[in-house]
Amino acid sequence: MTSRPIAFINARLVDPASGYDGPGALMASGGRIVEVTRGDGPAFLSPDVRRVDCNGAMLAPGLIDLRVKTGEPGAEPKETLKSAARAAAAGGVTSIVVQPDTDPAIDDPSVVDFILRRARDIELVHVYPAGAATKGLAGKAMAELGLMHEAGCVYVTDADRPIVDSKVMRRLLSYAKGQNLLVAHRPADPWLCDGAAATESEFAGRMGLPAAPAIAEKIMLERDAALVELTGARLLVDQVSAACALESLARAKALGLPMLATCSINHLTFNELDIGDYRTFWKLEPPLRSEDDRQALIEALVSGLVDIVVSAHAPAPAEDKRLPFEEAAPGSIGLETLLPALLGLYHDGRAPLLRLIETVTLAPAKAIGLAAGRLAVGAPADLVLCDLTAPRVIDAEKLTSKSKNSAFDGRRLQGQVLMTLVDGRVVYEAA
Amino acid sequence: MTMIAPGPEEVRQRTFPFPARHFLSVGDLDREQVHDLLDLAEGFVALNRQKAKKLDLLKGRTLVNLFFEASTRTQSSFELAGKRLGADVVNMPTRTSSISKGETLIDTAVTLNAMQPDILVVRHGASGAASLLSQKVTCSVINAGDGQHEHPSQALLDALAVRRAFGKVEGLTVAICGDVLHSRVARSNVGLLTMLGAQVRVVGPPTLMPFGVERWGVEVFHDMKAGIAGVDVVMMLRLQLERMQGALVPSTREYNRLFGLDREKLALASRNVRVMHPGPMNRGVEIDSEVADDLEVSLIQNQVEMGVAARMAVLASMAARLDND
Repeated sequence: MTSRPIAFINARLVDPASGYDGPGALMASGGRIVEVTRGDGPAFLSPDVRRVDCNGAMLAPGLIDLRVKTGEPGAEPKETLKSAARAAAAGGVTSIVVQPDTDPAIDDPSVVDFILRRARDIELVHVYPAGAATKGLAGKAMAELGLMHEAGCVYVTDADRPIVDSKVMRRLLSYAKGQNLLVAHRPADPWLCDGAAATESEFAGRMGLPAAPAIAEKIMLERDAALVELTGARLLVDQVSAACALESLARAKALGLPMLATCSINHLTFNELDIGDYRTFWKLEPPLRSEDDRQALIEALVSGLVDIVVSAHAPAPAEDKRLPFEEAAPGSIGLETLLPALLGLYHDGRAPLLRLIETVTLAPAKAIGLAAGRLAVGAPADLVLCDLTAPRVIDAEKLTSKSKNSAFDGRRLQGQVLMTLVDGRVVYEAA
Repeated sequence: MTMIAPGPEEVRQRTFPFPARHFLSVGDLDREQVHDLLDLAEGFVALNRQKAKKLDLLKGRTLVNLFFEASTRTQSSFELAGKRLGADVVNMPTRTSSISKGETLIDTAVTLNAMQPDILVVRHGASGAASLLSQKVTCSVINAGDGQHEHPSQALLDALAVRRAFGKVEGLTVAICGDVLHSRVARSNVGLLTMLGAQVRVVGPPTLMPFGVERWGVEVFHDMKAGIAGVDVVMMLRLQLERMQGALVPSTREYNRLFGLDREKLALASRNVRVMHPGPMNRGVEIDSEVADDLEVSLIQNQVEMGVAARMAVLASMAARLDND
């Protein structure tokens, strides 16, 4: 679909690909970025062009979120692809990768195709499926990696389920390497984590919560790193959260192993004490860690040890959250709060804006081979315009997702998305 | 200790409003409030020993027992306490009712709440369940045990039994022995006993100790003999066999040998030592019958009696708070 050309003037362009953070202007036409000007740019006065005066607001590549759960297919009351796409658009997220743990699972090329067709019909943001690594996410037999890759899946993963059997993991990595396909795996020793709802700590002990030590993450990450060394496959470490696991990651990267790591915005923002009086919106997977872990994670993000930030968007309806902590479903929605929450690290002086934006645009684009994620002529016009300083108090009930389980409920954040464009089309515009 | 039972008017005068709307944790009380409650409970002990036990402090009030985990002693203790104060007491069955048909805890609570009870006594297998419930109902909630978290009325009755046996709690050394990891009784007792100025030790194998227990203001021992040497009170915990999903101890035989309370180990404690157990006991596992049944040292039967009195004190002061609202 073609749309009217659109020009942004008086913008603060933030483009990690070129390392530019400064004033400028940009024009998009035919779904692509056609002109980028630094400093005082052209006025774009043609009447055919929609002209947007940004008044110094940030114009950046649209966000690419590698870890989003919806309930489609199988649990549509939680979240549909459409409601997730609307939430993404409202949050400045222009590409989402949906997780395969649906019902049926995305473990077959026909389901990959279903997701892509639904996304085309919805016509909001780009939706890319992650395929299941193993059939039925059972951790035993490999799924049809090659066929799913052909059909359009961007990486394979068993989502929250660790692949326990090292032989399965080894073969999976070997085969995926042959298909040039990225494998994502969440490091968690399943035996240590069995039945746990929190991170082992003095706090969890006092609260009487079943807990697993943070080294459960390190143990599995060490195994995975060894298997990457053996097979040479690319591995995306899904949601690293513990300081001890970061040490393992640093060693693996120092060896030059082809590993990338994500972390969730939740683990950059909260620590275990946010659970407070058994507040289930803060029951997450992996569970929230100590403040020391959170600080180490922020440093790892700034240094580049952790490459990518994800929202870990995980909708859960009230009936799955209004339960005792141990019984409640884990996860928080996050598509709409990802950008303002990330900006918190910039406002607090913890990280440069360019680096933060890189972790949600260029870095995930490179990880899965997208042309988006940069403000360059010829790149897709996936853009977000954001007032960096506008203060807001998050009200979960007012978020777009069908489920309202936001760990950011009641939190004061700065940053308001003004406009989101996908392929040059305006898919969200603040009132 | 003999005491003349106070008359209804005297009890009424002594009764004070409970400091919080709910009783979820020993942390809801401060030291002075605990002693006030124990003083009030003393009166009920005397009252319970005479023939005419009934008072009307809770007349017209409804108390609902909602026990998701089976319990004989705690449930009947609350039931008796409520009835002796004149309340209407309803025991909600959880196994034969819609709760077993998949109704959630909150739905059950909201349903019960609509029946306008005044006090809901709840026990549930998940930590935090009582707190969750208290946020969704308009009546007062008493936590009668939530998972591995707290069992505050048990700690009150234990403090009452200790205070009556020794005339004080402050300055005593108390060893809490056994499965501290899974024990809500241990968590509430550590909180309350340290608040009242006792020196608390926890004793057990490392696999049965919560992470970070050394920062709870207690001394930690992995050797039972060292742990109970010179102590005034040995508080044994039930080895919760039903919660022993993992192999936390090699065998009950080995556990009994190393951590079970017998005459030989008890001889290391103070000469006036008293032995306690929240029940139900696994005889021959964590405690030998010889010790448990020795009325010279065992406070175990006494604890049951104190349970009713301590719960009457809690209910009476909760009712006083409700009357003030």
